[in-house]
Amino acid sequence: MSENEVKNLEDIFEARIARDEKIEPKDWMPEKYRKTHIRQISQHAHSEIVGMLPEGNWITRAPSLRRKAALLAKVQDEAGHGLYLYSACETLGISREELYDQLHTGKAKYSSIFNYPTLTWADMGAIGWLVDGAAIINQVPLCNTSYGPYARAMVRVCKEESFHQRQGFESLLKLCKGTPAQKEMAQDALNRWWWPSLMMFGPTDDESTHTEQSMKWKLKRKTNDELRQQFVDQTVPQAEILGINIPDPDLKWNAERKHYDFGEINWDEFWQVVKGHGPCNKKRIKDRVGAWERGAWVRDAALAYSDKKELGEQTESKIAS
Amino acid sequence: MKKTWPLWEVFVRSKNGLEHRHFGSLRAADAEMALENARDVYTRRMEGVSIWVVESKNITASNPENNGELFEPAQDKVYRHPTFYKLPDELKHM
Ligand SMILES: [Fe+2]
Ligand SMILES: [Fe+2]
Ligand SMILES: [Fe+2]
Repeated sequence: MSENEVKNLEDIFEARIARDEKIEPKDWMPEKYRKTHIRQISQHAHSEIVGMLPEGNWITRAPSLRRKAALLAKVQDEAGHGLYLYSACETLGISREELYDQLHTGKAKYSSIFNYPTLTWADMGAIGWLVDGAAIINQVPLCNTSYGPYARAMVRVCKEESFHQRQGFESLLKLCKGTPAQKEMAQDALNRWWWPSLMMFGPTDDESTHTEQSMKWKLKRKTNDELRQQFVDQTVPQAEILGINIPDPDLKWNAERKHYDFGEINWDEFWQVVKGHGPCNKKRIKDRVGAWERGAWVRDAALAYSDKKELGEQTESKIAS
Repeated sequence: MKKTWPLWEVFVRSKNGLEHRHFGSLRAADAEMALENARDVYTRRMEGVSIWVVESKNITASNPENNGELFEPAQDKVYRHPTFYKLPDELKHM
């Protein structure tokens, strides 16, 4: 294909997206579109999978059967989310093994939030409330993104996320209405999870490199800073209901902007964690790789069993004929 | 042994009276496992009453490049639609 022909195809392609048409797996697409989507969808899938680890840490220690059932169901949902997203990603012509390999070798990124430790039971509440809350704000616009398989996966994911946030809030509310020590535990969780949650929206708009292209492809509808503001505005009143304090002395309502002003994010910490130096980066990958390796014999055995069954069926039909 | 589980497509009937609809895909060693996994992944909240799984390699898909020859011929066959036929206004129930 000549350069001109490609340019022509690209123009037609961009016009389709601008008209709100969806792109499906077998459609022609620019290489950059394919690559960007593989990167974003796989990072998203990895985040769902790694995200199970900090919460899995507390399943056996949940304080009641109600909480245990909810946490188990949530973690199971996250596994499902990872699976929907890996499947969507595979339609772009990358194999599941390659995707796992990128995660296991540290070549691929996942959401930095999961590199923080879950120290107390209150962290389960804080994660549901804040981390899933931030994820919902990031994800809802993706239900209308241009790549069909990604958009369909996100519709399913978003439907399930709402329970994640609500169970987290309920569990924190219970602690906040409990003994002073329980409320203290909830406050401590908020203190530790607040800033990392704000970082989930990514660098500030002037630092963010791919915003314009992402807007065109509907991988983004609002900028990082707009989404972060939305999160702060919706979360502050929720903290008031809990009766615990957001750890930001600069946080206050700005009547002119009709938004909350908030303090400076520690971007050094953000980049440190992104680059692999967060409190749990190494542990998360080690745990993930360990689980994958320990499961190898199960995967092999299942395949061997299916081969054997197939062989058995073939001989049977030979005998019969 | 570096073989991976094959890919399966999952179709779910959400309730009797409706057709099976494509819900997504998954990997499984065999059909039985594909059904079990489909149940766990796609029907955790009563989304279905019946599941079909079919190995993805058994699906033949049309190619968008051939959309012209496949689908365009239908465009100039408006006489397949009821509104093509001009009938008097006083005609009722037709
Ligand atoms: Fe997510
Ligand atoms: Fe999720
Ligand atoms: Fe979630």
